[in-house]
Amino acid sequence: MKHLRPINQKAKAIDASVEAQTAAMQEDVVALQQQVRPHVPMGCTLSFSPGWEVDASGGTAGLCQPVERDIYDCYVTCFWPVQVPDHVNYSPDWASNCSAAAKDWRSLDIIFP
Amino acid sequence: MSAPLTHTYRSGEVHRFDAQGQDFIYLVSAGAIFALDGAVGEVLSMLDGVEMAHGDLITALTGSGYSAADAEDLVRELRLARVIVSDQTVAAPAPAKPEGDYPLQALVLNITNQCNLACTYCYEFGADKIATPNGKPKYMTIDTAKASVDLLLAQSGGRPAVHITFFGGETLMNFPLLRQVVAYATDQATAQGRTITFSLTTNATLLTDDIIEFLATEQIGVTVSIDGPKEMQDKRRVYKSGKGSYDVIEPKLRKLIARHRTRAITARVTLSKGVTDVVSIFRHLREDIGFHEVGFAPVTESGEQAYALGEEGMVTVLEQFHLLADEWLDYALKGRMHGFSNVSETIGELVQGTNKSHPCGAGLGLLGVSPSGDLSPCHRFTDADSHVMGHVSSGIDRKAQGEFLAKGHVGAKYECQSCWARPLCAGGCHHEAFVRYGDTGHANLHYCDWIREWTDTCLKIQGTLAVQNPEFLEKFAERKGLS
Repeated sequence: MKHLRPINQKAKAIDASVEAQTAAMQEDVVALQQQVRPHVPMGCTLSFSPGWEVDASGGTAGLCQPVERDIYDCYVTCFWPVQVPDHVNYSPDWASNCSAAAKDWRSLDIIFP
Repeated sequence: MSAPLTHTYRSGEVHRFDAQGQDFIYLVSAGAIFALDGAVGEVLSMLDGVEMAHGDLITALTGSGYSAADAEDLVRELRLARVIVSDQTVAAPAPAKPEGDYPLQALVLNITNQCNLACTYCYEFGADKIATPNGKPKYMTIDTAKASVDLLLAQSGGRPAVHITFFGGETLMNFPLLRQVVAYATDQATAQGRTITFSLTTNATLLTDDIIEFLATEQIGVTVSIDGPKEMQDKRRVYKSGKGSYDVIEPKLRKLIARHRTRAITARVTLSKGVTDVVSIFRHLREDIGFHEVGFAPVTESGEQAYALGEEGMVTVLEQFHLLADEWLDYALKGRMHGFSNVSETIGELVQGTNKSHPCGAGLGLLGVSPSGDLSPCHRFTDADSHVMGHVSSGIDRKAQGEFLAKGHVGAKYECQSCWARPLCAGGCHHEAFVRYGDTGHANLHYCDWIREWTDTCLKIQGTLAVQNPEFLEKFAERKGLS
């Protein structure tokens, strides 16, 4: 640390921890719009719905996957005629590998119509 | 576009102090001590009693001449160390509750509850006693003692070294047993490839040449309860006839200290009304008699006894403590040990950065054993029906232990939550709280100001040494935190 000099053993342990966290931040992935800011983990969300989540600031720019990725809820629960998989016409099996979205969302692939 | 997450900062729980022109903080959530540069001082001053949004804090710092990048680095460093806290930060947890089967480290064997003195303030026999010894054995038998040793070795979770303290009553009234226990415990520990060390507390009246020889040979640590020079010792440390004990013990102490060189010989002074001249007591015990360390503690009482120190006495004691603390520091700056235990013990804990869940090891790594074999949180609860915590034959009563520890946890003491001295104090002695408030889990509110002032004094000593003689502090790095 630059501004705090540890004087006892506990302070030395904190120093080591802060140094490790700071070093980890240098290597970390951050969203492009993020300035030098306190770190917020990418992709954190309170509501789980692949493709529809918002990031910690309420937007979509900081998600772990781009929002433009195919939107699961549109496929499962409603008809959205463009640019998402269509389970009636041309992508009937898109979600067949995803029986539980919370667990299997990684198996949802992008579709190129 | 999304708005970046904004933090609003406030000062963390810190106690600021200075020594030798250097600013320090004691970080209460951890027990850590840091030296600060001016920038940290500036941030803490800006956040004194107010909250500031991240952007405002950065703007204020750039206004003071820091570059934006430096300001961001500074704020991040302070946030990660929890010197400042954000409204987005999860609060630092209270010290963790130790595991339910926390391994024993030491037993205090009350090998007798009989005493040949009748000190008027005695917590075992005096007006505020909690012991209920009627109908119980007066002397521990060898079977009970062996069962105690076996319990200690079995319940110490493979610790390489454990400890037994012999206590009373007057410990030496059952010296034959003590001798047998040392032999038995050493054999048992050696057979397991472990070590066991011993100490005892005594009033020194029954010391003989043979006993001194034994203590020296077996490397048994000795703590002597003594209140000072003759006029102070004889005030309350008296025989049942009222006769003072000083003349009996003085020659024995000189022999003990001359012969016994294998362990520190320490004096433990009880301060009571009229016995507050700490400096002259220290001079006599340290320099005249020759004790290696001298420690002082105010008498434990319910608040109503004639021998109570009272507010005034506590003020006198604190003034005298400061005089000895200054001396301690002078010695330390020259690399020498002074012998005033109250500073040494506190510095030992500060060097480690102790952050206690409980005020001491009672009921945790340490248990008391009464002559009957009843277990209790420590020697001060011996023979008290209200605080039995199992028996050496049946083991530790985990339910009673759990209740005692839950009550005694610093997180359960409301008043302690806003006190910066809680990492070391944790509410103070369980026994004192029980005598004073009828509840072992009550914070010892009658000495809060005193503890804070004393902790601040020791922090300044630590700060001064950190600046002027940091090597001296290294000597305390391995010193046991709880004693």
